[in-house]
Amino acid sequence: MGTAATARPRPTAGLSAARKARNAAMGGLILLATLLVVAPLILIFVYLIREGLGAVNLNFFTRVPAPEGEAGGGLLNAIVGSLSMLGMASVFGVLIGIAGGIFLAEYPRHPLMPTIRLVSDVLAGIPAIVMGLVAYGLIVLNFGFSGFAGALALGFLMIPIVVRTTEEVLKLVPQSVREAGLSLGLPQWLVTLRIVLPAAAGGIITGVMLALARVAGEAAPLLFTAFGNPNVNLDPSKPMSALPLEIYRGATSAYDENQRMAKAGALLLIVLIFATSLLARRFSRKG
Amino acid sequence: MSEPARRLPSRTGLSSGSDRVFQSLILILASVIVLVFVVSLYLLGKDSWPALQRFGTEFLTTRTWNPVNGTFGAAAMIIGTLVTSFVALIISVPLAIASALFVAEYAPRWLANPVGYLIELLAAIPSVVYGLWALFVIAPVLARWQITFFNPEYPERLALYTRCAAIWATDQTTLQCFFVPSSGAGRGLALAIIILTVMILPYTASVARDVIRLVPADQREAMYALGATKWEVISRAILPYARAGIMGGVILALGRALGETLAVAMVIGDSQDIIKSLWGNASTMASVIANQFGDAQETLHRSSVITLGFILFFVSVAVNLLARVLIQRLTPQGVK
Repeated sequence: MGTAATARPRPTAGLSAARKARNAAMGGLILLATLLVVAPLILIFVYLIREGLGAVNLNFFTRVPAPEGEAGGGLLNAIVGSLSMLGMASVFGVLIGIAGGIFLAEYPRHPLMPTIRLVSDVLAGIPAIVMGLVAYGLIVLNFGFSGFAGALALGFLMIPIVVRTTEEVLKLVPQSVREAGLSLGLPQWLVTLRIVLPAAAGGIITGVMLALARVAGEAAPLLFTAFGNPNVNLDPSKPMSALPLEIYRGATSAYDENQRMAKAGALLLIVLIFATSLLARRFSRKG
Repeated sequence: MSEPARRLPSRTGLSSGSDRVFQSLILILASVIVLVFVVSLYLLGKDSWPALQRFGTEFLTTRTWNPVNGTFGAAAMIIGTLVTSFVALIISVPLAIASALFVAEYAPRWLANPVGYLIELLAAIPSVVYGLWALFVIAPVLARWQITFFNPEYPERLALYTRCAAIWATDQTTLQCFFVPSSGAGRGLALAIIILTVMILPYTASVARDVIRLVPADQREAMYALGATKWEVISRAILPYARAGIMGGVILALGRALGETLAVAMVIGDSQDIIKSLWGNASTMASVIANQFGDAQETLHRSSVITLGFILFFVSVAVNLLARVLIQRLTPQGVK
């Protein structure tokens, strides 16, 4: 969209000083506002590097948190917990999300299509903590706090993001590609699975990565589902920790050492999230 | 952009059986999306029932939230949610539109892309990290301002505070007292509004940027040809055209603000009293869920907290539908 860049105002001789001044003032204000908008991002990043980088060492990745107020320790429990819950959430969220995207893009005339599109859009706006309450009612009330309950809440949150991106990239696959497949005598489902999906794979992976980046930072729905765990736990039926949970615990703790750990955890988390979304962006540009 | 996908030519006969199996499979999996929604509605409704049955609509209008004697009214946190969200919205919308204009109209391409990306990254920072930053960086600054107010060199300020404290004690406030610091903690309503403002900025900004880019080039060029300045083109040819789409972005941001949880829960001070001062402690529906759900042992307490979630569920569905309608109405064809 190069139009904005090419359509420059020509210097006009007859401009009144007042109009020129107003134009310049508004331009200045817009620049100032943009700086204000971007400032928090830079401030947060610099702050976390300054305060958290010191605590990122070998212990940080290989130990579990030290007892309250004691020095040392790391966030191994949170890293392992986050990874395993994100893994479980993906199985659920990606399967349903991609199926939803295929349905919306490939069966646009199906009578259920508008309903599923609408519900998926609406689901995208429901606050994460509310989905946490749902996972609580579904799993925790019956089976107790567990990594699985946390993963389910995160999976719920992934679905609408994956649906939306899958649908959009599938629609970008030219209709002629589908027709070429069909004219070769392939049934429609094989065309979808073997031709359309692979053609859109880059975009779908981007969507999945964006969804992961988005839910990796969620702590609210995990407060009363995964609950947290001071030890490394790989059993999904037991409480599990996660990076955002440890950040929350540390940030609200009175002890310097826990706060330092929280800042280091926050640094690790946003570096991972930024890297994932940067990678997703790269990926989608090529794909 | 993409046209609505055309229906594939129907191919009756050839392997329609396997097509039907595949379509059913996809339909079943896709229906899980609807199932998630229905199950959410059912569970939240069921778990809210004890509180709704006991308090009825009074739950929305009364403001005693007392787990000890088992009376729950959510008026204080409903007001807290509305005040934090709307004030944050009012501050963030002009900033967001300005940054969208910068990216779409002012910045050269080499600058527009990175700035646009930075604004999107703002949306990628987790809530809990915003909360941590607000707690450790902004709260001390606000606390310093508040403490300066109580400087003993200015006895008249202490007199003002004493007068306001008396007014607050009667559960009231005046406009002047609303701005009088009530604590030196830094945490409270003001900090929650500040952090919410930053958090919802990118949602309005990215929608605004997309719809501003959709404004037809002819419209700009016609005005430039008439000798308009850049600002005149923006204010008369671009913003009016993009208004509905920008409103959609604003409503989307409102939805985020209403449901934003942990950052707010960490900084708002968690008081279930009605708001009396900009600097005082308060709470929102989401912050109460985060702060109390774990401790809520009594059925009625737990059910009341879930009712807050139920209200949030409804409100966010309504707000998102509204945003959808607005964005679709403007957007000619293509970008949604």
